[in-house]
Amino acid sequence: MPGTVQSIERAAAVLRLLAAAPNGLGVADLGNALGLAKTTVHGILRTLHQVGFVEQDHSGAHYHLSDAFGRLGESYLDPNELRSRAINWADSLASRSGEVVRVGRLVEGKVVVVHHVFRPDDSDQDLDVGTTLPPHATALGKAVLAYDTSGASRPRKLEAYTTRTIIDPAGLADELAAVRARGWAGEFEEHTVELAGIAAPIRGLGGLVVGAVGLAGRIERICDSRLRHRTDLVTMVRATAEAIARDLREDA
Amino acid sequence: MAEQYVAAVDQGTNSTRCILFDRRGRLVSVAQREHHQLFPRPGWVEHDAGEIWNNVTRVVPAAIKQIGAVPSQIVAIGIANQRETSLLWDRLTGQPIGHAVTWQDTRTDRLVTELAGSEGPDRFADLCGLPLTTYFSAPRIKWMLDHTPGLRQRAERGEILFGTMESWLIWNFTGGARGGLHATDVTNASRTMLMNIETLEWDDVLLEAFDVPRAILPEIRPSSGVFATATEVLPGVRIGAALGDQQAALFGQTCFSPGEAKCTYGTGSFLLLHTGHEIVRSKHGMLTTVAYQIGDHPASYALEGSMAVTGSLVQWFRDGLGMIHTAAEIETLARTVEDNGGAYIVPAFSGLFAPHWRSEARGVIAGLTGYITKGHLARAVLEATGFQTLEVVDAMNADSGIALTALKVDGGMTANNLLMQFLADLLDVPVVRPMVTETVSLGAAYAAGLAVGYWPDLEGLRSNWHRAGQWMPHMDPARRTTEYANWQSAVQRTFNWIRPEDQEL
Repeated sequence: MPGTVQSIERAAAVLRLLAAAPNGLGVADLGNALGLAKTTVHGILRTLHQVGFVEQDHSGAHYHLSDAFGRLGESYLDPNELRSRAINWADSLASRSGEVVRVGRLVEGKVVVVHHVFRPDDSDQDLDVGTTLPPHATALGKAVLAYDTSGASRPRKLEAYTTRTIIDPAGLADELAAVRARGWAGEFEEHTVELAGIAAPIRGLGGLVVGAVGLAGRIERICDSRLRHRTDLVTMVRATAEAIARDLREDA
Repeated sequence: MAEQYVAAVDQGTNSTRCILFDRRGRLVSVAQREHHQLFPRPGWVEHDAGEIWNNVTRVVPAAIKQIGAVPSQIVAIGIANQRETSLLWDRLTGQPIGHAVTWQDTRTDRLVTELAGSEGPDRFADLCGLPLTTYFSAPRIKWMLDHTPGLRQRAERGEILFGTMESWLIWNFTGGARGGLHATDVTNASRTMLMNIETLEWDDVLLEAFDVPRAILPEIRPSSGVFATATEVLPGVRIGAALGDQQAALFGQTCFSPGEAKCTYGTGSFLLLHTGHEIVRSKHGMLTTVAYQIGDHPASYALEGSMAVTGSLVQWFRDGLGMIHTAAEIETLARTVEDNGGAYIVPAFSGLFAPHWRSEARGVIAGLTGYITKGHLARAVLEATGFQTLEVVDAMNADSGIALTALKVDGGMTANNLLMQFLADLLDVPVVRPMVTETVSLGAAYAAGLAVGYWPDLEGLRSNWHRAGQWMPHMDPARRTTEYANWQSAVQRTFNWIRPEDQEL
């Protein structure tokens, strides 16, 4: 039987006290109330601040619960924030791979494109930020669907886009389990004939998947001669997802 | 052989960053540290130069460590910096004298009016290409020398050095008080009001007018060319370039030919148009500035339209008003409404820059009604950047006689799609974002890499430029006209707010 985690108990106590103090509390107030050292309380508050549960007032002396704490069910990362964190790394991925790069997130069962970087060949392309993609038929979609707990991964009906689209719920469940096992998602003519894609989840604080980043292009460029997703591209995509995640965690 | 990189150090207004670039101009790692903004009095904005150097010593190793590289893989250092921010330091101890006085600081308001006298603010424009405003370094140097007892005498004895931030960094990279190099580049020197824009040398008439002893000034070097070999932080690595941040961005966008222009959206925003080897004098409030100089080639020039408050308006909306938690959230808030609801924000926080150059102007929120929500204000905040750009583009078109056909953009605000679309709508031209948004750093890296032979020539750099995104204009022309007219009447309402008798010493 595993034990309980003391720091979470203390964090819960801090949250209770803050919830009962409309004007906020200082580090010393909380330390006195809980019989904890100031450094301990400070560490707990810093962590709670980082995850967005508490906020500091202007002077920095008082802490109070954040608005976001009351709305935990809502998405905690603003999509425009995700784009501004992702932009440098997505650019770099597009320029290294030579392919179109997109960042997406799951909203009400669809993948919404949050950021789009053109394929770097200076051909005519249109920005498709704000458009939606079917999650079960795209690499970007599967990379977020695999970690979803809202039920979006078990829809009643899976629409076919090509003959390769996975439309069988059990088949999709297997595919998503495979995505979780290897940490990235592949797409092979499941959305558009002759196109393939690779995507990886972006994990924010605590491991929460906030979206995915991926590339897409013609099969002959994305896959090797045995029609398997090229390992060098998979490595690049995963490194990009990790770089964005690191930015999110460090500056949260 | 291990891969080689160029390290760009971007010493900006809010932070200092080190970015490594590979041979194809791709960003491979970033490390960043913010420094404190010091506001000792209203209108005063200072930086601690010691803190900034300390940040350099941390971000450079951090960027190298991030990709598991070693310092010997760095072939050159390129420096880009916030321009006009001025610092004096002690030649013997290497210690700063007071804080650096930043480009946003308006303490020289009254001094500038006095210096302009009856001849007006364009008194020195023929010599240096710039109008007299609080923005440039020379009035600031005079102020510092006049307001610290005994400092002017020490300066005349050669005990004091002046520099903008690149000079401070070069000096410290090369040993500081132990034999450091005291140098600047033509682009930074062109922002002091002390350099003759034609000869590219310190000008005696200007030195006398601003009462600045020649002994404190750094040596003026080309922007791209080996300054020296570093002895600190990256010992043995050559410093290959230094440029003012906006000139660096022009270089990073590979605007190497006359007629090419870019606009960088950051704290302030700056539109620069390459004018070739020709010095174009603006009749519409643009600045004449040096774009870059490569080795012993002739210098290239640019016209510049400067907007003081763009990204910093979003910061004010976040920190001053607390309307949003992060800068990026402004787009989310702005999208909760369809339009600005009739509200316009003119952010003349420290006067208006181009094309108005009105230091006595102060900001307004115009068109305020009970209908206005914070969503409308968020729109007005973003649109302020669009309208300011349109004013500058109009002026630039008038000066150059050529209408802009597309705008190359870069900087942090290009992540804001709503703003980019609004820009395209308002300017009625496509707005194009390059693959590397960090063009300031990229330009510093390019200039440094050219100096040490990491890249062979400008054409090679051009082939690295690719389009990453593009926004096309969709706005109805009638609406564009009305919106712009509304903005212009809002601008009129900012004028003559500060009366001469209000100005403090």
